Amino acid sequence: MDTLSSLADGFAVALTFQNLLLALVGAFLGTLMGALPGLGPANGVAILIPICFSLGLGPTSSLILLTAVYYGCMYGGRISSILLNIPGDEPAMMTCLDGYPMAKQGKAGQALTLSGIASFVGSFFATWGLVLLAPQLVKIALLFGPAEYFVLFTLAFATLGGVSSTNQAKSAFAAMLGLGIAMIGVDTQTGVQRFTFNEAHLFDGIDFLIAIVGLFALSEVLVFLEHHRGGAAAKSGSDVSVGKLLPDWPTLVSTRWTMVRSTLIGFIAGVLPGAGASLGSFLSYSVEKQVVDPNGKTFGKGDPRGVVAPEVGNNAAAGGALVPMLSLGVPGSGTTAVLLAVLLSLNITPGPLLFSNNPDVVWGLIAALFIANFMLLLLNIPMVTLFVRVLMVPTRILMPVVAMISFVGIYSITGSTFDMMLMIGFGVLGWVLRKLDVPLVPVILGILLGNQMEVNLRRAMTISDGDWSVLVGSPLAIGLWVVAIVGFTLPIIMGRRLKSKIEASRPLSEVAEGD
Amino acid sequence: MSDRILGGFGLALAAFYIWAATIIPDSFMSDAIGPRTFPIIIGIVTIICSIVFILKPDVDPHWPNLSQLAELGLAVAVMFAYARFLPEVGFIIATSIATAYLTWRLGSRPLSSVVIGISTAIGIHVVFKLILGLSLAQGPFGF
Repeated sequence: MDTLSSLADGFAVALTFQNLLLALVGAFLGTLMGALPGLGPANGVAILIPICFSLGLGPTSSLILLTAVYYGCMYGGRISSILLNIPGDEPAMMTCLDGYPMAKQGKAGQALTLSGIASFVGSFFATWGLVLLAPQLVKIALLFGPAEYFVLFTLAFATLGGVSSTNQAKSAFAAMLGLGIAMIGVDTQTGVQRFTFNEAHLFDGIDFLIAIVGLFALSEVLVFLEHHRGGAAAKSGSDVSVGKLLPDWPTLVSTRWTMVRSTLIGFIAGVLPGAGASLGSFLSYSVEKQVVDPNGKTFGKGDPRGVVAPEVGNNAAAGGALVPMLSLGVPGSGTTAVLLAVLLSLNITPGPLLFSNNPDVVWGLIAALFIANFMLLLLNIPMVTLFVRVLMVPTRILMPVVAMISFVGIYSITGSTFDMMLMIGFGVLGWVLRKLDVPLVPVILGILLGNQMEVNLRRAMTISDGDWSVLVGSPLAIGLWVVAIVGFTLPIIMGRRLKSKIEASRPLSEVAEGD
Repeated sequence: MSDRILGGFGLALAAFYIWAATIIPDSFMSDAIGPRTFPIIIGIVTIICSIVFILKPDVDPHWPNLSQLAELGLAVAVMFAYARFLPEVGFIIATSIATAYLTWRLGSRPLSSVVIGISTAIGIHVVFKLILGLSLAQGPFGF
């Protein structure tokens, strides 16, 4: 009951004119970014963060805007998957498999409607999952001391590569790169300069917003330049005809169990560390295929259930991924890491205390997610043709605009030439790392969490007077270590198989990094 | 081979990092493990990862050829120049030129590149400065 009254308070926060407008703008932009190949949730949210700050939006309002974008991307990705067989972002990859065949059979409108409803169902129930599960997780998190927190951060890094990672050394390398960058600047505990080499620009450390925008947004621009891919996603009106949009009730009803199964799988995949929306949609699709079509007769040939499952899965995972981010302060996916950056730069520490210190932020956000979800349903079914038209904007116009907005964002918060150059440097670094198959999300997470991780380690050490065994000093800490070690080694054993399965279903074109 | 180079680079970076960590000065405040321990742990883990890259490299990625590399290099140079000269020439002029260059390299025709460049700059100026009120770089002409 406590939860429900908090939620009611949340609605009071969310139902102001400004927040409703922000949710609508976020939902619209999110769908747009999701639909456009090359812009996904992680880089879409990344380029908007500095702009939120320059506008002086408060924490609740910023989060409402940005999570609406996040949810919106999960909806939007399906549009280009279904119509063009090009996933608009990574989580929408699996939607291509049955969505595009349906479109080729002239049922594009039906597939869009069905997947729109599926997205709604996934998000709606996942948001309820968030409401119910997050406060429970907070209760556990309140038992954490500094040592447990340090182990929790270690766990987050160990599992971030995800079960589909083939090279754990590269995930670990990426995390170390991020942590190493986080150490630059004044040490908060003793006040000494670290790794600044008397360069005044480095005294405050490297602003993680600069790193995020560079790594996610600018590196994407470089990838497009490298391949000279400047054409429009959709070439003419002919290959994007939508057809009738009304839902076909019997088909919709026939997918009800698919929705139930995929919501559960997607949500759990989202909550677990290191498994974002991409894995949620992959698992939902694979399980559904095993359950209803083990012989491969209809799946992959335009089965409506094959459209519903991944869409429910990725939207449910998106909601699920917010649970550890809000309640523990440890994100499990790229976009939630970026959202964590928003909280940190507004001086709000996520984690268990967030629920007691800033209940208006948490519950206002959750209420706004419910509202945004209804807005998204409206935007994505009756108004889907609007977004289809956007697919005809060629990337040769789009990508330079993305680059320029990145510059505008960074310039407007820092006004510094050095910071813009640093952002370009991160863009180049991101491009090289992507080439070498080094994941970018651990780098971001390292930069974000590095200082907290160190602070917790040093607190634990101070309490124990330098005795390292404190790190395995409680059953909770030992349990976390076990999960971390299993999470790190499991992919080494079974990652290659899973990865090749995912790769087999991946269309040729590259999709935006992060989910 | 690429992974081996990455490994070698990682080793050099980690060695430098650990060295830089050992010269962190002492402070009048102190705690149990001090400001050097955690950076040194980071360096050691980086060394382990780098050795793994050298011993067990992945398949080489598809690197761009020389002309693609030049393409990227030039684009990065244009962006650096943009960052360098933005405060001096102002937002509209700098952005028009940079956007025109990028869209031209992505395949727009020269004349339409100029149009796209100018309209992007004006569009961003209208949305972000006039409507949203962000501060953009002001050049000698005030825009």
